[in-house]
Amino acid sequence: MTFDQWLLSLVVFLPLVGAGVIAAMPKGQHALVRLVALIASGAALVFGIVALVRFDFHASRTFQFSVNTRWIDSIGARYHMGVDGIALPLLVLTVALTFLCVVYSQKIMPKPQDKVKGFFALILLLETGMAGTFTSLDLVLFFVFWEMVLVPMYFIIAIWGSERKEYSAIKFFLYTLFGSVFMLLGFLAMYFRSVDPVTGGHTFDMIRLQGQHFGGIGFQNLVFLGLFLGFAIKVPMWPFHTWLPDAHGDAPTVGSVLLAGILLKMGAYGFIRIALPLLPRAAKDWAPYIGGLAVISILYGALCCLAQKDIKRLIAFSSVGHMGFVMLGISTLTDKGINAAVFGMVAHGVITGMLFFLAGSLYERYHTRQIDDIGPGVLQKIPRMGAIFVFVAIASLGLPGLAGFWGEVIALLAAFNPAPGLSSSLFRSYMVLGGIGTILTAGYMLWLIQRLNLGVVREKWASDPS
Amino acid sequence: MVAALFAQEAAGATHMANIVTRNAWIIPAIPAIAVVLIWALGKRLPRGGSEIGIIGMLAAAILSYVVLANYIGGNGPLVVKQLQWFPFGLGQKLGLGIRMDGLTAIMFPVVTTVSLMVQIYSTGYMHGEKRFTWYYTALNLFTGSMLLLVVSNNLLQLLVGWELVGICSYLLIGFWWEEKANSDAAIKAFITTKTGDIPFLIGIFVLFASTHTFDIGQIIAKAEAHQIPTITLTAAAILLFGGAVGKSAQFPLYVWLPDAMAGPTPVSALIHAATMVTAGVFLVARMFPVFEGSVAAMNVVAIIGAVTMVLAALLAMVQDDIKRVLAYSTISQLAYMMAALGVGAGNAGIFHLYTHAWFKALLFLGAGSVIHSVHSNNMSEMGGLRKVMPTTYWTFVVATLALAGIFPFAGFWSKDEILTEAFRVGYGSTAAHGTAWVGYLVYGVGVLTAFLTAFYMSRAVHLTFEGEYRGAGHPHESPRAMTLPLQILGVLSVVAGFVGIPAWRHGFAAWVGVGGEVKVSSANFWLIAISLLVALGGLYLGRRLYMPAPATEPLERLGWFHTLLVNKYYLDDFYMNGIVKPIRDSISQAMYWLNQNVFDGAVNGAAAVTRAGARKLYDNVDQKVIDGTVNAVGIGTQDGSRFLRYIQSGDVQRYAAVLFGGVAVLVLLFTLVFR
Repeated sequence: MTFDQWLLSLVVFLPLVGAGVIAAMPKGQHALVRLVALIASGAALVFGIVALVRFDFHASRTFQFSVNTRWIDSIGARYHMGVDGIALPLLVLTVALTFLCVVYSQKIMPKPQDKVKGFFALILLLETGMAGTFTSLDLVLFFVFWEMVLVPMYFIIAIWGSERKEYSAIKFFLYTLFGSVFMLLGFLAMYFRSVDPVTGGHTFDMIRLQGQHFGGIGFQNLVFLGLFLGFAIKVPMWPFHTWLPDAHGDAPTVGSVLLAGILLKMGAYGFIRIALPLLPRAAKDWAPYIGGLAVISILYGALCCLAQKDIKRLIAFSSVGHMGFVMLGISTLTDKGINAAVFGMVAHGVITGMLFFLAGSLYERYHTRQIDDIGPGVLQKIPRMGAIFVFVAIASLGLPGLAGFWGEVIALLAAFNPAPGLSSSLFRSYMVLGGIGTILTAGYMLWLIQRLNLGVVREKWASDPS
Repeated sequence: MVAALFAQEAAGATHMANIVTRNAWIIPAIPAIAVVLIWALGKRLPRGGSEIGIIGMLAAAILSYVVLANYIGGNGPLVVKQLQWFPFGLGQKLGLGIRMDGLTAIMFPVVTTVSLMVQIYSTGYMHGEKRFTWYYTALNLFTGSMLLLVVSNNLLQLLVGWELVGICSYLLIGFWWEEKANSDAAIKAFITTKTGDIPFLIGIFVLFASTHTFDIGQIIAKAEAHQIPTITLTAAAILLFGGAVGKSAQFPLYVWLPDAMAGPTPVSALIHAATMVTAGVFLVARMFPVFEGSVAAMNVVAIIGAVTMVLAALLAMVQDDIKRVLAYSTISQLAYMMAALGVGAGNAGIFHLYTHAWFKALLFLGAGSVIHSVHSNNMSEMGGLRKVMPTTYWTFVVATLALAGIFPFAGFWSKDEILTEAFRVGYGSTAAHGTAWVGYLVYGVGVLTAFLTAFYMSRAVHLTFEGEYRGAGHPHESPRAMTLPLQILGVLSVVAGFVGIPAWRHGFAAWVGVGGEVKVSSANFWLIAISLLVALGGLYLGRRLYMPAPATEPLERLGWFHTLLVNKYYLDDFYMNGIVKPIRDSISQAMYWLNQNVFDGAVNGAAAVTRAGARKLYDNVDQKVIDGTVNAVGIGTQDGSRFLRYIQSGDVQRYAAVLFGGVAVLVLLFTLVFR
């Protein structure tokens, strides 16, 4: 095998190796554990950047760094990996954000602070699951990585979380698992109705599954339902979103960053990578409903943000809205829409990741997450962090020129002219409603800035925190 | 190097473009670089970064005039260049480019000169301010964004500049963010203009869907060649106009501009009087062929303009805060420009934009000088400042006469041009655009507004500068850094209008060339006489009523109408109590209640039902039925085992026989049943 064929496996499994090394280390070696985690996630980041540099952007529609070897012969599952222009940005986002989380955790550990080994091992295990999800081209492999993500995140929330952490962790785990059961059923259904063009048997290969008609539109729609439940819960789309504010709110900072920054993207990525190309006809039937739910997510998320008193829950609800724009782009079934979705996902990963880091940093200083308890006057008390917060919040509200804008505006543009066969008037209504959503988004973000950052600092914070 | 990356698209006209015009991107680039330098180094410099801003803006202003030189006398070059920015979707790419024509060539000097004046003035006005460096950073960011907006060759790039000036406005209105009132005003400005941006964005989409491009030149060409259906042009133009209504503070979205006066006064001069608020007018002028393609859209622009100009002028009459007088005046004057565009007099509208920039910037800076001196915005605490602040007084008077439209000050020429053009549309002598009654409407309302304008400015001048001082402390003339810009702008307010005289190098209209054909208006004596008399009448009435300063406000005699005006037609109250508060405080809470109790309730309910079901299942099925069965089996086994004991005899031969029999049965089963 050439280096290019090893590349993705290195990115995906180096963190797992790191997790293994950490698990094997004796207790109490906190500094060494941190160093190993830094090296493992750093190495994954380096190879991720190598992939970015070596990627042929003129052939972004083809899968590159492909590896396709035997895995489980008895069911025809193969170790098939590769990235195209859609997967690559998400892969790089994954390794970059995880590395940042490890860096952040060098200094700041959530309670219980003595369980350093488990914490870093779980983050690295999580990284393998997330990176694997974005590189798998085999349904079984995809499913394994998809489920691999659940366990470490469950423990990260349940052990290092705050407030109702056990409840939130279980809710996250069970809700997502509930969806993935239907997703797995969908995978199996496709498998049993598929004909491998090479071997003549069944196949789990995502590329070979493209263009199969699986015996009619009725069956396709049913399979799509299964996939939809799995992916829509993960995104999450309204009304499957209620696990998200609890999980984001109660997770430790790095857990929230990775949840919002990457885990949510797995759902949207599933739509782009699996549901749309494998079931194109069903996708057309489903698209108006997905677009409708997306628009509801945008408006509903923004309205709920206005009602939040807890800064982390507010950011969590803002994710519902922003992922609504991503899903609106996808639901148009156009190139523009998919482009907008990928752009929006990367932008949201960076911006919301940053917001959660900032929220975590505020919590470190103020020991509360209540907006009206921290604020007003953060900008006065800690000017630099306050200024960064204002900047990132403005990026989040989609100011043109900053990252958040392009995903939103191109998604709306795509909705103006959706794919042939979709109702223009319907999608244009979505566009108008989405546009109103951007006003509400600006509203709650500016209001948050006002309540948190502006104004005169409270007396009780006058001397503390410094 | 960057120039080499540009793909030059078109350059054609009588004049050859000079080197600055060909590389006009450098003009927005200078303040952009200044922003980085001020931000990085400003605090370490002796003058806190203001020196970088002023030197950079001086350079940008000089280059702007070099560009303008290319267009004086008409037939200026059209320069369009762009480099690829990024692709999106199949084969569609977004460019980053410049579009240089007479319109941009006029906007450049206006923006850079006012910005330069404001930056010089601010060294005095903002002296000792703790966020001095940040102030200059934001000021230059604003100026660079505005220049980016006016130089854009495609609509998305224009939108980027458009929103960047919006956020700069937000940052500067809320500059003193310790006060909640200021940050409230900042949010109000951003959200209100953003409301207009949604139709604007959709308008861009409509044009994109029809022409498959964001390129302004291509869209204009297609609109002029009648390749876009009228219904599309109507929709697109009205939607684009929505953005202009927000940004240029027209009815019904003007409510943010008076509140925006919460920002430092020099900011009000630059952003909320002379430049940013003209962006909407600029947009309509930039896309003028699209508007001209639809009579309905033109009428909408004209009528909104007419309505706004009189509504705002009426409100300006009853303000006590001198900055609010000027803010409503700005709304009213922007409406003049809009109305001019709406009746097809594009050049006249831009002419007024250009003259208004000088005298309105001057009025704001003059008001700032007064406020700096008396530490109050309220005219009830001013008076008698004429003697102690002579420079401020005289320049303020010059600007007032210019705004009132008195011959030969700058405003006279542009206002007269607009009224004449509107009257012509009504009279039907040109009637190329618009409908006759719309022309008469704009003319009639325009004359009424001219009267009101002269009146409220006369009121402001007399309340501020005449009579006895009513405030606290001892007012004094402002420092040189502040009076110098006043004097420069004062000169401009006198002479700037002369460029509109057709005899001089074909006149302003020929340089700008908005709206195709250039109309060399042969000034109508009677129209000029009427508007001059009306303006003088307004000035006189103001002097009669407010000199000496009356104990009670004479306009209170208007009764309920005065109450209506004081309450700003209740429009602000309607927005706050009818829209903002219900959404922010009620609907959002209701949604969140739904979220917690219905949607999340369903999830928790499902979990509870599952758990209860599982408990029932365990108690009843598992424990009673299954375990019962097992227990029963156990008991049965005990009973049966007594019987079975007989099988376990210890006789190996019997075991072997049973084993063999069992295997035989299985073999039979597999061969016969499961073949």
